[in-house]
Amino acid sequence: MTYTFLQHYWCFVVALLAALLVFLMFVQGANSLIFSWGRTEDERRFIVNSTGRKWEFTFTTLVTFGGAFFASYPLFYSTSFGGAYWLWMIILFSFVLQAVSYEFQSKLGNMLGTNTFRCLLVLNGILGPLLLGGAVATFFTGSNFIVERENIIDGVATPIISRWANGSHGLDALLNPWNVIFGLAVVELARTLGILYVMNNVADENLRSRGSVRLVGTSLCFVVFFLAFLAHVLLGEGYAVDPSTGIVYMEPYKYLHNLLDMWPLLVMLVIGVVFVLYGIVRTIASKTYTHGIWPAGFGTVVTVTVLLLLTAWNNTAYYPSTADLQSSLTMQNSSSSEFTLRTMFWVSLLVPFVLAYIVYAWAAIDKKEITLDEINNDHAY
Amino acid sequence: MNHLLTIDTAMVDWARAQFALTAIYHWLFVPLTLGLAVMMGIMETLYYRTGKEFWKQTAKYWQRLFGINFAMGVATGIILEFEFGTNWSNYSYLVGDVFGAPLAIEGIVAFFMESTFVAVMFFGWNKVSKGFHLASTWLTGLGATISAWWILVANSWMQYPVGQEFNPETMRNEMTSFLQVALSPVAVDKFIHTVLSAWVLGAVFVVGVSSWYLLKKRNIEFATKSLRVGTIFGLVSSVLIMASGHHSAYTVAQTQPMKLAAMEGLYKGGTDQPLTLISAVNPFRQPDYERQDEPPMKIAVPYALSFLATNDIHGLVPGVRDILDGYTKADGTVELSLEQKIERGRCAITALQEYRKAKKGGAPEVILNELRTEIKENMPYFGYGYVRERSQVVPYIPVCFYAFRVMVGGGCLFILLFALSLFFIYKGKITEMRWFHWIALLCIPVAYIVSESGWLVAEFGRQPWTIQDMLPTWVGVSHLGSSAVMTTFFLFLILFTTLLAVEISIMCKQIKKGPEL
Repeated sequence: MTYTFLQHYWCFVVALLAALLVFLMFVQGANSLIFSWGRTEDERRFIVNSTGRKWEFTFTTLVTFGGAFFASYPLFYSTSFGGAYWLWMIILFSFVLQAVSYEFQSKLGNMLGTNTFRCLLVLNGILGPLLLGGAVATFFTGSNFIVERENIIDGVATPIISRWANGSHGLDALLNPWNVIFGLAVVELARTLGILYVMNNVADENLRSRGSVRLVGTSLCFVVFFLAFLAHVLLGEGYAVDPSTGIVYMEPYKYLHNLLDMWPLLVMLVIGVVFVLYGIVRTIASKTYTHGIWPAGFGTVVTVTVLLLLTAWNNTAYYPSTADLQSSLTMQNSSSSEFTLRTMFWVSLLVPFVLAYIVYAWAAIDKKEITLDEINNDHAY
Repeated sequence: MNHLLTIDTAMVDWARAQFALTAIYHWLFVPLTLGLAVMMGIMETLYYRTGKEFWKQTAKYWQRLFGINFAMGVATGIILEFEFGTNWSNYSYLVGDVFGAPLAIEGIVAFFMESTFVAVMFFGWNKVSKGFHLASTWLTGLGATISAWWILVANSWMQYPVGQEFNPETMRNEMTSFLQVALSPVAVDKFIHTVLSAWVLGAVFVVGVSSWYLLKKRNIEFATKSLRVGTIFGLVSSVLIMASGHHSAYTVAQTQPMKLAAMEGLYKGGTDQPLTLISAVNPFRQPDYERQDEPPMKIAVPYALSFLATNDIHGLVPGVRDILDGYTKADGTVELSLEQKIERGRCAITALQEYRKAKKGGAPEVILNELRTEIKENMPYFGYGYVRERSQVVPYIPVCFYAFRVMVGGGCLFILLFALSLFFIYKGKITEMRWFHWIALLCIPVAYIVSESGWLVAEFGRQPWTIQDMLPTWVGVSHLGSSAVMTTFFLFLILFTTLLAVEISIMCKQIKKGPEL
């Protein structure tokens, strides 16, 4: 295993974790629709109890994504989190609210009331995907930061290595319309997946029939936003790196070139998109088919993984700086040492085992659809 | 070193305050999660073995309380992980190569186990077999405990940085031995001591809540049987924690003597040192350790500190002033004075500057090698290069001193509590001892104070270092204004306090409602 292989491998692992996170944000997507999709108290409880059995996975994937990024690309961690302070703080704040909202909302002694916590779930359901999507879009569009390692020993202005080049500390990402468009695409994707998941998970015909109708709107919005962003990045300039010098420069059609140079990724992208559309279209078209979450979920994971790999593989700066092009982060200039990546490689071999028991436990819990009787008479939110 | 003048010290304080706030809140919930996890496992095992509905409902009752508490632990935990990046950007870069790995492993190995099986534990009673459900309950606890292992490995590395080397090419510390990091003696001690303390807190919680039912004369069978499980588990844990505490103190003496001196209020040390039981350390100001030899009105146990710190009643224990001035250790090696350490630290920084310039200028390998050697020799004192005053390297003594006594005193109190409880159970009088029930109930908040005190000792005692001797807090921060961090500090303070109030209210209602027996 060479250092270069390990850098590519860990980039793939982080991209895969991010893709799994996007898939698991079906929890947020469904929660954003608690009040509009669920019209009766029972229907709202169905939605909350359906997503409530999976929210820990979303949370854990977010934490593991952060941990894996920290371990494999510490300079990204210090630059992005320390720089885009407000963006990340708002994201974290919304996830804190979500974590407690399930457990607290229907318990005796909840002095803030059930709807307070449901509103917080809606807030997280919209803000979480929107801001995470916006943050991910900056991998294509760039961020306003400067990295100067020498600062730690002779920085006159400040001894801090990474800093944001303006006072907004990350909120400026939301001033870029393409970041917002991608954020909205993620919101609508999360909603689409959320509807598909709940339809597959609860035994309620009203929710299912209304879900099919809502699916048309959310999926259309998703497709429009997603295709617009995809066209923008494929047809625009990208951040290329000269592998011999490490110098970053702008290259027209860089991400399109990446797709063509790494044709297996192009094939995977097409497969991913087809699976997403298949899951959605078949669910809308069929009155009996409710398993659309699985093809759509698989497609989501594949598509997002490919998109993220496009930002890093094939001599590309995955976290470009718009303030100072040469501060841009690449796999080579921001990764952990070879020793750490190799050590972590052996740990990552546990992942298939972890996935296996997740699938087993998930299947054991979800083999029966959630019924009204269950949420009224068993442990429920 | 002119750049040091530009550091916003208010920002450093707010960043520290925010991290401390999050950690303190997080540690309100984690120990109960760890402690209840074992007791739920024991109770469900009893159900599995006997088939009695009583044990099933008992386990479900404690799982309900576990669930309420668990959510808050998760919520505060995620903030902690990301605060390393948001508030401590320099730190994240400089040590991420070493520190990030335990966090990533925690996620991959522990968090997924916890989050997968906690769902089965709550929702799987009627969906999976008894055996699978029991395994899920134990695996939830195991996941939480493995999670504690890895985060404590990371924390211990900050106290005792081993298994790493500074790389002047990348300007950061890089891991050289995973095993040294994962199995450092500080990590092993900290894990055992911390998990045992969590088990004690969980046991106090169960004994206290059960005593409330006995006071109210309701759910007597549930209360007495829960109390019995809690008592035995608590007594074993609290006796073991005494032994682990002694070993922890020994390790601290070897690796962080300044922390031990602060815990003891030991300004001028020496051999045959007594252990202070109590003395009049002013809690609101740093004592004058430069002029005083010891705090006023000191009551102490002869030779006990020397024994605690060196396993020898005549052993040498350095005080704050000894460490600042330099001293000769028992094995004859000389510990440098602060001034010498500062000089060495500045040498490391200067050599690093010269190395970087020489490298850019294409200097010959011979010169680069010389500079590398100079950097390596002085790197253990790198952090001292950023120190300007003696007072900067002395932790705030009053907090360390009193928190240590609260921790040790509380530990002794709980041994007494569990011993008394066991005695009354053995005599068959546990349902009649109303005064004992009151004490057991009042011990619940005491257990939280004691538990938090342990963390105050550990973390205040490490100051001013984010990484012991290598990186002071004021060099580890992010490039942020103090107003930004102050704003988020208060936002989190309001949020966490509100949620804590809701949680306590829900907990009280659930306890009042009681088990479904």
